[in-house]
Amino acid sequence: MSEHAVSLRAPLITGDKSIAQVTDDVCAPMEGRPTALWWGAFIVAFAVMLLGVAAVSYQIATGIGTWGVNRTVGWAFDITNFVFWIGIGHAGTLISAILFLLRQRWRTSVNRAAEAMTIFAVICAAIFPLIHMGRPWFAYWVLPLPNTRGSLWVNFRSPLLWDVFAIGTYFTISVVFWYVGLLPDLATVRDRIKEGARRRIFAFFSLGWNGSYRTWHHYEAVYLLLAALGTALVVSVHSIVSMDFATSLVPGWHTTIFPPYFVAGAIFSGMAMVLTLMIIARKTMRLENYITIRHVEIMAKLVLTTGSIVGLAYATEFFIAAYSNNPYEQFVFINRAFGPFAWAYWIMVSCNVIAPQLFWFKRVRTNLAAVFVLSLFVNVGMWFERFVLIVTSLHRDYLPSSWADYAPTSVELATLAGSFGLFFTCFLLFCRFLPVIAISEVKAVVAHDRRTFGGGR
Amino acid sequence: MSRRIFVGVFEDEADVIAAADASRAQGFAIVDAFTPYAVHGLDRAMGLKPSWLPWACFGLGAAGLAFATWFQFWTTAVAWPINVGGRPWNSLPAFVPVMFELMVLCAGVGVVVTFVIARRLGPWRAPEIPDLRATHDRFVLVLDGGASDPRAVRRVFADCRAVAIEERDVEDRR
Repeated sequence: MSEHAVSLRAPLITGDKSIAQVTDDVCAPMEGRPTALWWGAFIVAFAVMLLGVAAVSYQIATGIGTWGVNRTVGWAFDITNFVFWIGIGHAGTLISAILFLLRQRWRTSVNRAAEAMTIFAVICAAIFPLIHMGRPWFAYWVLPLPNTRGSLWVNFRSPLLWDVFAIGTYFTISVVFWYVGLLPDLATVRDRIKEGARRRIFAFFSLGWNGSYRTWHHYEAVYLLLAALGTALVVSVHSIVSMDFATSLVPGWHTTIFPPYFVAGAIFSGMAMVLTLMIIARKTMRLENYITIRHVEIMAKLVLTTGSIVGLAYATEFFIAAYSNNPYEQFVFINRAFGPFAWAYWIMVSCNVIAPQLFWFKRVRTNLAAVFVLSLFVNVGMWFERFVLIVTSLHRDYLPSSWADYAPTSVELATLAGSFGLFFTCFLLFCRFLPVIAISEVKAVVAHDRRTFGGGR
Repeated sequence: MSRRIFVGVFEDEADVIAAADASRAQGFAIVDAFTPYAVHGLDRAMGLKPSWLPWACFGLGAAGLAFATWFQFWTTAVAWPINVGGRPWNSLPAFVPVMFELMVLCAGVGVVVTFVIARRLGPWRAPEIPDLRATHDRFVLVLDGGASDPRAVRRVFADCRAVAIEERDVEDRR
């Protein structure tokens, strides 16, 4: 065993917790009354979500003409938001799957919340292609169902159809992975409640879990398998999303660098969103001993790494455009950096490439306020990345007579705001009703820490 | 038919592992252990075989892959072929993403369903749990009382610092 190597490290969970305290601390926010802060945040998020509902209802009733898109810029705000939200989800899967395979035990403090974030982000993302169809009641046409309406089957050669399968699989596996992880904790919560409706609900969803070790033994195998499959999904889903662009012939989109560049960007933006949420959650839910500065620091390093990969991808795109000697490619990139949307491009570069470089300094990584602000910068920057990528590649195409401008309408802005409202409404409900930290996994870490470092028994 | 079981409750994972080890050495039959988290090393102490679920997962993934391959080929090249930009009827490389996704979907969802069925879990199942604190902070070891000498069992549990030792008669449903 590597006990000696491990004992050189500091404990992951501070405060010398016993395993009983872990249950009590994590369940405390679910069992008390919601704080005024929670109500305030919930009311704001819910109101913003209602704004989004109104905007979406209006644009479905009226038509896509309520958007600022035109014949040249046919994809704009809507697809930007779709790619943005799908990207946010990737950090959750990275933390729950890849970091599990890599035996990164610090992940146990954040994986539950990050996986919840994934699910809500994918829900937000899935709304946009549905609206984009214009007639969302025909959404089932993307499924390969036998029919009498024209071509019998869907076109499996289209990347847009690959997207349907990729997002569908991603959402399903994320929900299943999250639920399997929740099972033991639902049973823990169930056994704390004497009786009543809440107990019946938890009893229903905990599937009669009793902590049987014979079950745990298989459970561990299932968890490992789901982690391996989830790892494959982290890499594949955003690769397939990038193929929506990369398989076209539009300069600025038609590049082989897209899949890895999109995956790195997705993890980058998602990790920033995890940091944003976790820094707030640890403070408001008094989880400072579970989500420590060390956790924040490790995630800041991941943001730095993936942010640098994204920066490298931006540079590579420029280099290849110049080196290819393809005048259309060259024009797109010059236009991106110095054309009418230069402001968006430079917001993107400063937020995604320059700002995270501050994470090289330990003083920045361990300063919560600084990490919080920088994580917001990355969120903004990654939204602009998708905007720049989509709009600047389209708005000046091969034919100068069809060049056009694009500006979002109030309906599009309200829809974007509404998706944030939906995301935070879901997240706040999750914080209120479910254990935000994987109790059983953290207990294993705590037990290991106590064996390694001693601790009052 | 009812049967007799011994229930030992422990406070620390090391104790329950030691108790499982000692029980097996003494030849007591271990019914099960109940722990708040997956205690590493207890599987060896209880003498459990590696889980067979990876094989189920592999089979389900292979089935998903095979189905997706056949279905895409059948719909595009056999059932209702449509000329899309002059591409070949059987565009195998273009089918890879959906093949991959359906493989992951079948393997992932399938293995969880298999697990739930194999371990007899289900929404309306009442948990059979020897000590409610087994999902909180206690480690419970349950031995079959059949032929074992109660005093020997108590001695093993006590040596491993059990905080509670009980003999119970339970309904045997298996």
